Amino acid sequence: MKTRLIRWITWVAILTGIFLSISIFSLIIGTSDIPFRKIISVIFAGRGTTEYSILFDIRLPRIILAFAIGGALSLAGVILQGMFRNPLVEPYTLGISGGAALGVCLNIVFHLHRIFGVLTLPMSGFLGAILVIILVYSLSRRKGILKIQGLLLTGVMISFISSSLIMLIMAVSRTEDLHGIVFWIMGSLEEPNWVLIKLAVGVSVFGLVVSYLFCLDLNALSLGEEEALHLGVNIEKTKRLLFIIASLVTGCSVSIAGIIGFVGLVVPHFVRMFIGSDHRILLISSFLCGAAFLILCDTLARTIISPLELPVGVITGILGGSLFVYALIRKQIVLGEK
Amino acid sequence: MLEIRGLFCGYDSRIILQDINISVEDRELLGIIGPNGSGKTTLLRAITRVIKPGAGVVFLEGRDIWQMGFKELAKKVAVVPQDLIANLMSVEEFVLLGRIPHYRKFQFLETNKDKEIAQKALKLTDTFKLRGRSILEISGGERQLVLIARALTQEPRLLLLDEPTTHLDITHQVRILDLIKRLNKETGLTAIMVLHDLNLASEYCQRLVLLNEGKIHRVGNPSDVLDYKIIEEVYRTVVVVQRNPISSRPYIFIVSEEERKRRQSL
Repeated sequence: MKTRLIRWITWVAILTGIFLSISIFSLIIGTSDIPFRKIISVIFAGRGTTEYSILFDIRLPRIILAFAIGGALSLAGVILQGMFRNPLVEPYTLGISGGAALGVCLNIVFHLHRIFGVLTLPMSGFLGAILVIILVYSLSRRKGILKIQGLLLTGVMISFISSSLIMLIMAVSRTEDLHGIVFWIMGSLEEPNWVLIKLAVGVSVFGLVVSYLFCLDLNALSLGEEEALHLGVNIEKTKRLLFIIASLVTGCSVSIAGIIGFVGLVVPHFVRMFIGSDHRILLISSFLCGAAFLILCDTLARTIISPLELPVGVITGILGGSLFVYALIRKQIVLGEK
Repeated sequence: MLEIRGLFCGYDSRIILQDINISVEDRELLGIIGPNGSGKTTLLRAITRVIKPGAGVVFLEGRDIWQMGFKELAKKVAVVPQDLIANLMSVEEFVLLGRIPHYRKFQFLETNKDKEIAQKALKLTDTFKLRGRSILEISGGERQLVLIARALTQEPRLLLLDEPTTHLDITHQVRILDLIKRLNKETGLTAIMVLHDLNLASEYCQRLVLLNEGKIHRVGNPSDVLDYKIIEEVYRTVVVVQRNPISSRPYIFIVSEEERKRRQSL
C-alpha cells in the first residue's frame, strides 16, 4: 500500500516531466526555430525583439491554452466515463459541443460579432452549451432522480439535432459566413485574447480541484449507483455536481477553442490502461496527460505543413484514434462491465 | 436494532410491499424467504434507502433512516449484493472501498487503521491470500467472500445479504453461511439474509420472514414457518417436510410430477 503511493507520485512526476518537455519542445519549434539556449538570452533581452514576441505573444499563449483545454477535456472525459460507467462517453457525446457550435453559427450568421465585438463568439458558444446542458439535464430527470442512461441518449439525440441545424444554417448562409463557421467548427488554439486564456486556465484548474474532492465518490460510483449508495455516497448530489463540473469545463473549452474531438475520449482510456482506474490518481494524471497530448497535437498541427496550419482537431483525431486502436489491440479495454 | 412499521413501497406507481411490520433484535440472524417476485430484494432496498417508502417508517436503533446522513447510515448498515460490477482493481483495493463512509472530509488516502481493518476482514473471510489478485479473475465463490469482506470493512452493526449463496456450489454455500453464523455468534453482528434455498434458511437462521405477494405471510422460527401446508400454499408446489437427522431442523423435499402421478394412481 505504501508502494502504491510511491507509484502514484512517480507517475505524476513522469507525466509532469513529459508535459514540461513537450511544452519546451513546442516553444522552440516552429516556422523560425529558436534553439533552447537562445531562449534565455531572448528573455533577458526583453521585449522588442522578434524572437521575444514569437515566443511570448504567439507560442506561449497557445501552449497555455492547449494546457487548459487539453486538461479540461480529459478531465471531463474521466468524470463522465466514471459516472456513466460507459467507456464511450466523452464530453461531446452529451451534446455540449453541438449546442456550442450552434450558438456560434447563429452568432456568425446574424453578424452579432461584428456589432458587439469578437468576444461574443465564445460567449454565444458558451450560452449554446449551457442551454443544451440544461435541456439534456431536465429531460433526463424523473422525480428528482437523474437517469444516467437517459442522459446519454438524450445527449446523443440533441447532438444530432444541433449538427443538422448547423448544416441547415451552412446550406443557406453566404460564403464568407460559411468560412467563419467551418473555421470555428474545426477548432483552433490560436487565441490572441489573454483574458480568455486566463479564464480557460482558471476554469479547468478549478474543475480539477473541485472534482478531486469527489474522487472517492467516483471510485464508489464505479461499482454502480446502488453500491455507491450502500457506501454512503449521496449519489444524486454527487451526480449533479460532477455533471455540472464536466459541462462547465467542456462548455468553456468549446467556446474558446472550438470543437477539438477525441482528447476527452482517448486520454482517459490510455491513463486507465497504464495507471489504473483509481480516481485519486486518474483525475490528476488524465489532466496532465491531456494537456501534454493537446500541446503535442497543436505543435504538429502548426509545423507539419508550415507555414500553413492544419486544424488541431485533425491531428487529435488521427493521432489519438490510431494510437487508441493500436492500444486496444495490444491491451484489453479496462472499463465497463465484463 | 431494526424496526419496520407499516411499510408500503414499490417502484413508480406499482406497489410491491404492503403493510410490512418487522422487528429485528440485536444479534439476531434473520432470514427472508419467499417466491420470486414476492418483494424480498425490495425489502432490503427499503432498508438501505435505495427506494423511498410510500408509507411507513424504518427505524434503525431507534432513528428513522431517512433522517440519517448517507455516511451515517453506511457506517451502520453494510450490504452484500448478489454480484458486483467488475472493474479493474485488486481484491485489496476493492475491500478498502468499504472504508469510504469512514473517511473524514478532505481525507484522500486510507490510514493505517483503515488498512488494518481491511486486512482483518480479508483474514476473517479467508481471502487474505487473494489480496493482490484482480477482482476480475477470482471465482464466483471467492467473489462472494470478497464482497462480504468489503461489507465487514465498513464495520457495520447490521449486515444485509442478498442471496449470498446463489450460483455457488455446496462447499461455498456452507462456507459463507458458516462465516455469517460465526460472525453473528462471536462478534454479535446482526444479519438479515435473503435466501432462496429454504433448507439453508432453515439450517442457519434463528427466525424466518416468509413473504408472499408483497405481504408478510408468516414470521417465526424455522419449525413454525416451514410447515408443509404453508409452503404448499405460498409456493404452489407439493412438498414433504421432514427433520434433518443431524440438526433436527425442518428439511423440505420436493415431489416431482412423475412421483405425484404415480402416487395418485395407486
